[in-house]
Amino acid sequence: MSELPLTRNVRPDRSPTDLAAYEANGGYQGLRRAMAGMSPADCLEVVKDSNLRGRGGAGFPTGMKWSFVPMENVSPGHKYLICNADEMEPGTFKDRMLLECDPHQLIEGMILAAYTIGADVAYIFIRAEYLKAARLLREAIAEAKIRNYLGHDILGSGYSLAMHVHASAGRYICGEETALISSLEGKRANPRAKPPFPQVSGLWGRPTIVNNVETLCNIPHIIERGPEWFASLGRGDDAGTKLFGVSGRVNNPGCWEMPMGTTIREILEDKAGGMVAGYGLKGFLPGGGSTDFLVEEHLDLPMEYETIGKAGSRMGTGTMIVLDDKTCPVGFVKNLIEFFAQESCGFCTPCRDGLPWNAQVLDDIEEGRGTPEDLDTLEQHISYIGAIGNTHCALAPGAMEPLQSALKYFREDFQRHIDGGACPYREAH
Amino acid sequence: MSEQIHSLPADAMVLSDAEIAEIDAEIAHAPYRAAVAIDALKIIQAHRRWVSDECLEALAAYLEMPPAELEGIATFYNLIFRRPVGENVILVCNSVTCWIKGCEGIGAAVSQHLGIEPGETTADGRFTLLPITCLGACDRAPVMMVGEQKFEDVTVERIPAILDHGEGATPG
Ligand SMILES: Cc1cc2nc3c(=O)[nH]c(=O)nc-3n(C[C@H](O)[C@H](O)[C@H](O)COP(=O)(O)O)c2cc1C
Ligand code: SF4
Ligand code: FES
Repeated sequence: MSELPLTRNVRPDRSPTDLAAYEANGGYQGLRRAMAGMSPADCLEVVKDSNLRGRGGAGFPTGMKWSFVPMENVSPGHKYLICNADEMEPGTFKDRMLLECDPHQLIEGMILAAYTIGADVAYIFIRAEYLKAARLLREAIAEAKIRNYLGHDILGSGYSLAMHVHASAGRYICGEETALISSLEGKRANPRAKPPFPQVSGLWGRPTIVNNVETLCNIPHIIERGPEWFASLGRGDDAGTKLFGVSGRVNNPGCWEMPMGTTIREILEDKAGGMVAGYGLKGFLPGGGSTDFLVEEHLDLPMEYETIGKAGSRMGTGTMIVLDDKTCPVGFVKNLIEFFAQESCGFCTPCRDGLPWNAQVLDDIEEGRGTPEDLDTLEQHISYIGAIGNTHCALAPGAMEPLQSALKYFREDFQRHIDGGACPYREAH
Repeated sequence: MSEQIHSLPADAMVLSDAEIAEIDAEIAHAPYRAAVAIDALKIIQAHRRWVSDECLEALAAYLEMPPAELEGIATFYNLIFRRPVGENVILVCNSVTCWIKGCEGIGAAVSQHLGIEPGETTADGRFTLLPITCLGACDRAPVMMVGEQKFEDVTVERIPAILDHGEGATPG
């Protein structure tokens, strides 16, 4: 079996790994290595060469993102590294495992990332409901300070870093990186216009990098073991491993680390144990609530950014939501659109007014009040709201992804609601 | 009351010493006072369960920002409570996987057991019921929280034991 670095300290009972256990299992070796003789530029090269791509949903190459942070002739002041631990996308439960089971892995990754971009302050922005994770992180930061992994003059390297945990107060939009920055500044979480990009002007107008929890957890291993080793972990074009999850009516829902390029079938059947008896697979969202449906014919595709993109969806967060054949696809999509409508920050009209409109149309169809024109209305919204650039951030286009692909694959189900004047799944449920 | 107290800003009257100390600790690593608005609202809420008008105005004065701006922030975030809540806030996940697994029935069972609708507080002040978005534990759907405790694989049958005795919690 190939190596699974991210979850090597994850125990079956999910008890947290403390500093002693983390160190005993080789922890903080990447940091020691960097502090003993790697420059920030050396670290950047390694991360670039590793081809690590962001695990927060968009898959942007991490090394390239970091390379946009100005390193010379920077005006005096702070630079910031922020860990995005907001994890609020429906169907996503991967970062929670890394946060609760191995907080030091994240902290080591953050120290290395901060060192690479020359940040002197780091924040962990964690969603309000992850109380246990926030407590463990605060304890782990205190432990790391005692060992001089954090604080002043880390391991005698001359490099200093302060790290703070910021517990959020709710709202999904906080996970969007510029909204997150607004929220960290103590404001309403409205996204910001780009450019300027956060790498140049982020938190309090200073250079800032925002990375996902899982992205950062990869860094200690990449620094310690090198880019070739990291590339060898993936089965196909994409480097490394990935946390994949499955929820819905499968026999063994859960979250597992597997090589990049693992096929969907292996995840759904070998790990998640296939469908619960009496239920068939109708479709699935491969990477959380804002990704397009895929269906049976896609089961043998490898989970890779390009492949899933070509199939018409996105890897997203890598956590799948399974739609079974006894659950109404209209109700499923309605639940998602209602979520996005509720979580809209209200800044721009297509999202603030368009998403509730779609939710209303879907409710009409689901409750048997739908008309044939309703499908045209939905299509119109999809082409307008769904187009990147018509809204201020990616929340609204993301919201339209499950809807547009549901209309593509399950149009008949929408039609049956309209023709029959009722939800055909009601008795079955 | 003496004139001396009148000369103090309003905040010193309303916010407790403990709250001020915790807010000051946040201000210590922030570039300006208003930057800690959300942390400070959460601190007040941790002490009092909710943020009253009086507290909001006092906090705005203490953070040197307009009360209307602080109100705009407080009402943006769904887990800042601007109305009184009970000792335990019950959060029932209503997002997609929990919906597939029957969260509507779970919410109804909680309502029935406590005699309150979503958004309401029991007469004895023990519980407030609120819906919540995906709690990041979808593999164990349906999921709910009661105060700081999380309950997974919830069934309608388990609701009385969960609410009356906190039975079967997973930390987190
Ligand atoms: C509405 C919305 C919500 C998001 N929520 C999250 C989140 O909870 N966690 C996360 O890591 N990224 C989230 N993202 C993506 C971030 O904007 C950002 O791309 C990511 O944190 C970058 O990290 P990465 O490069 O390591 O993937 C969200 C994006 C949008 C548009
Ligand atoms: S798309 Fe929605 S969430 Fe994003 S800025 Fe516009 S209103 Fe806000
Ligand atoms: S959908 Fe309920 S916990 Fe994720």
